[in-house]
Amino acid sequence: MHSRFVAEAAQSPLVPKPAELIVGVIAFGLLFLVLRKFVTPMFEKAFAARTEAIQGGIEKAERAQLEAAKALESYTAQLADARGEASKIREEARAQGAAIIEDLRAQAQEEAARITSAAQSSIEAEREKAVNSLRAEVGTLAVDLASKIVGEALEDQVRQSRIVDRFLEELEKSK
Amino acid sequence: MFVSAVAGPGFVPPSTNDFNLPPVFGNSAYSTKPVLLVFLSIILISIFFIAASRKAAIVPGKLQFVGESIYAFVRKDLAEEIIGHGFLQFVPFLFTLFTFVLVNNVFGIIPFLQFPAMSHVSFPYVLAGFSYFIFHAIGIKKQGIGKYLKGIAFLPGVPKFAYILLTPIEIATYFLIRPVTLSLRLFANMFAGHLLLLVFIGGGNYMLHDSHLFMKILSPFSFGFGIAMTFFEFMVQCLQAYIITLLSALFIAGALVDEH
Repeated sequence: MHSRFVAEAAQSPLVPKPAELIVGVIAFGLLFLVLRKFVTPMFEKAFAARTEAIQGGIEKAERAQLEAAKALESYTAQLADARGEASKIREEARAQGAAIIEDLRAQAQEEAARITSAAQSSIEAEREKAVNSLRAEVGTLAVDLASKIVGEALEDQVRQSRIVDRFLEELEKSK
Repeated sequence: MFVSAVAGPGFVPPSTNDFNLPPVFGNSAYSTKPVLLVFLSIILISIFFIAASRKAAIVPGKLQFVGESIYAFVRKDLAEEIIGHGFLQFVPFLFTLFTFVLVNNVFGIIPFLQFPAMSHVSFPYVLAGFSYFIFHAIGIKKQGIGKYLKGIAFLPGVPKFAYILLTPIEIATYFLIRPVTLSLRLFANMFAGHLLLLVFIGGGNYMLHDSHLFMKILSPFSFGFGIAMTFFEFMVQCLQAYIITLLSALFIAGALVDEH
């Protein structure tokens, strides 16, 4: 210890040692080469891959969003179409319904009119028939009655009917 | 030593001689502790970072995450922030510088190693030399030697008479002060830190073996302070690794821009 102290006491700590300078250059140089060759490119690769992955994810999300927006748009358009179609169908149905009702009403009215006219004509015929039969019957009855009352035989067919007709005409005139 | 001659065994304060370690084996200047530690450091750094970066996975494992964080720190906070455009080509150098200094510094407090190689001034000289060479080379390559030297000697945008004062200062700054500040700052911090630990731990040891009971009782305080200083040293060691890298990046950035 004494000898070392004496021998090296003169050397200032600021004076470099050649061996250490050489070692320093070699060691630092080696480390630099190793890190530059094996380490920094790999880290850069990882960073780049990460950035790419994140950017890719963002792009993918953007694409998905765009697609979703497009789909929404097309759905909205389809929905509007469907609404329009539905209202058209409704309108048509309403018109058709109205037409059917109108048709039915017309048919019913026609039927009613037909029935009414048929009834009226049958009533007319009945009345005609009744009037005719009445006319004959009333004539006979009246003649019978009158002959009984008057006592005068109105046997003669021709006279008889002439009298009845005259009577009826008078009757109708007085009416 | 003369104290021991006069008054028997006494406290021998640590001195610069405590940094002159004998060869660990043989009798070569290449087998001393700092030399071996420097080689150990580059082996450890290489193994660690090769293992950490080998997979280069998008989702990093624990090891890759740690390695990547250190790399990203140098890359982003030092290189990108300071150098800016075109910083990527200087990242390997700055990264090497940072890890090399950091590991060798931290060796100063790792049990059994316990010696910062940077307290031997030769290593900081080498590092400053690399930095010095690189930033001048960049400046010359970027601007041509004439323009580069002129830019240093004659600051643009300064009144002519100021050159009397500024030119010598600028030349001294670029060619003398910068390498000296780079190397001596690192060296002095590591040297002083190691000396400080030697004082407290050696002192504690001395007091523990003193015949007075009073000294024995007080010795834990010295040890305790030694431990506290160890933590402090850790901070200084990391800080110095950061600072030498930061300054190198600043010098490179300075050489890259046209106007000084």
